[in-house]
Amino acid sequence: MSITIDKDPDIAVLPERIRRFPFPFTGDSYRYSANVEPANKTVPTDAGAWGAGLIDIDEFYLPELADRDQILTRDPSRMQVLPHMRPAVWDTIATLLPTMAQEYPDIMSFHREGNACRWQNTLQGLDIEFTVGDDDSLPMGPLRFLGSQIQDDIVLLDVRDNTMWLDAGLVSFAADWSFGFDVGMNFLEIHHPVPRVKEENIIRRAEQFLLRLQPGEQFRRTNWTMTIGQRLDTSTETYPEWGPDRGTIATDPALPNKLHLRVEVQHLIRLPHTGVLLFLIRSYLLPLADIAKVPAWREKLGHVLAELPEDMAEYKGIIRYRKAAADWLLAG
Amino acid sequence: MTITALPISAHPAVAGGLQLEVTKVAVQTESIVTITLADPAGRKLPSYVPGSHLVVQYGSGVNAYSLTGSGNGPSDYTISVLRVEGGAGGSVAMHQLSVGDRVQVSRPRSAFAPASTATHHLLVAAGIGITPILSHARAAVERGTKASLIYVHRPAAGAHMAEAKQLLGPGLTALIECTDRGSFEKVLTESLTTQSLGTHLYVCGPTAFMDAVLDQARELGWTSARLHSEAFGAAELDDGEPFAVNLVRSGLRLEVPAGVSLLETLERAGKSIPNMCRKGICGDCVLPVLRGTPLHRDLYLTDEEKAANTTMMCCVSRSEDPELELDL
Repeated sequence: MSITIDKDPDIAVLPERIRRFPFPFTGDSYRYSANVEPANKTVPTDAGAWGAGLIDIDEFYLPELADRDQILTRDPSRMQVLPHMRPAVWDTIATLLPTMAQEYPDIMSFHREGNACRWQNTLQGLDIEFTVGDDDSLPMGPLRFLGSQIQDDIVLLDVRDNTMWLDAGLVSFAADWSFGFDVGMNFLEIHHPVPRVKEENIIRRAEQFLLRLQPGEQFRRTNWTMTIGQRLDTSTETYPEWGPDRGTIATDPALPNKLHLRVEVQHLIRLPHTGVLLFLIRSYLLPLADIAKVPAWREKLGHVLAELPEDMAEYKGIIRYRKAAADWLLAG
Repeated sequence: MTITALPISAHPAVAGGLQLEVTKVAVQTESIVTITLADPAGRKLPSYVPGSHLVVQYGSGVNAYSLTGSGNGPSDYTISVLRVEGGAGGSVAMHQLSVGDRVQVSRPRSAFAPASTATHHLLVAAGIGITPILSHARAAVERGTKASLIYVHRPAAGAHMAEAKQLLGPGLTALIECTDRGSFEKVLTESLTTQSLGTHLYVCGPTAFMDAVLDQARELGWTSARLHSEAFGAAELDDGEPFAVNLVRSGLRLEVPAGVSLLETLERAGKSIPNMCRKGICGDCVLPVLRGTPLHRDLYLTDEEKAANTTMMCCVSRSEDPELELDL
């Protein structure tokens, strides 16, 4: 099998999934940092741009939401709301739906009078009325409903005792972690397994930063890993389904099409009415074959993977194949 | 006398905020007026966390006032202002506002939030301190959490009592008004010693009053995690003192006014400084310091680096000295 790589691609003819991809690397190496910036700012890339708005709806909208629905039906542990977080779920809905209506006025609309709301989403042929604060006013409950409207995973962190607690969320597309295991943990406990960051004091700084955010403020960061196959659910719960591929991909001739760079655009929003920290995780997958269509990306990702220290490669779960991936990219 | 409805320039504390119109002025007591503010075009206002305050500009100064609503999807903001004779002039200016006047305000800021895990909110207010406490009472009723309220004020000087009484029911289970110290102390002691473990205490009033209530609660075994008091501005950095920077390589001297960051000052002078978060966390805007002692307010530099005084984060940090010399 041979892979054709365009040596000098015309950016304009690249498909949307490449032009809109939030390629996260600006240099030839990667280290952890508190890489937060204000949200809603367009970032140009070598292939296009991303980041103009808060909620990104793309060509994968309906299939990803169908995927999420099946996951939640199969495994209800992916969605949990501790009782004191109910107001925060409604705060999230009352914050995100108007934002979506503003960002996509042609396909969505939101109206609110008092607590009575009307939401229209033409992508789903949806026109519903509900009441803020009344869980029974949405057929599947407020959080599951919101999870059927946005592609992002949703995590809600309660702010108390001078830290944050992961007390609610809907996470169908976890990348090598378990939402159900983390529910109830505080910020330091959640990040305990990440190498280096404790020594480098990054988590403590990030925590202080988040605690000082004022309600209504919106920030974002990117994170990345690699995924084998076009699958967003690489949670601990489904490890037997995707874990074994890590051992075979390095010698698989189909590596450029099977191995994906996974980028998460993570929004950090202090909700206006509850002050709870809303953490949105929007995941994008792009196969190496697509990455290679943008020469600057091919080189940067190749160098990042080749240079990444062992402990970080181990934590990201890419240590067994990152050399094969780097070699392929840099041979281009 | 009329006060300037539209200040010439926005104070840094209200920059990025809202311009609102006075839609109602109501007299609460001899010295307290309640002012309702709304968007001139009738747009919805941002929701806010119970216990939040607004920073309001008057002339060239600013004051912070607690919002009295629950904060859930408001169409207007309501504040109550006690006239303070001989103060900086803010409360007197606020008392002169009339319907139709425009005021520049910040977005609501939260520094006195309710604890989501509380099973009961014990709300204690003195005098004008009733304003954020009323906000908490309304929010508790809306969210279905139980609350009780103790309000101490001078005779005939109580504000918002009619509204508080309307909240009485399954949410607000008790409303006790005290007009003398003796009866208040008795009621407070009774309340502090009969609460179940899930109760959180919220107190707002004069500093000495809050200290006394909190001290008594601690003596009676309340943990600090269950004690909440109003502290304007505790969550935000203050404006700081003005200082000057001398950019050695550029041969430039710039004044950094109070309320304006060094980063903003450099940007206004045409300097392009790498930056990302503008909050003192990411580390991008680090600058080399040649002389002078920076006032470090960032979360990025280590204690050792801060003590060395050879670098500073220009987005939040300022100067201990009147002038800093930078390698720029």
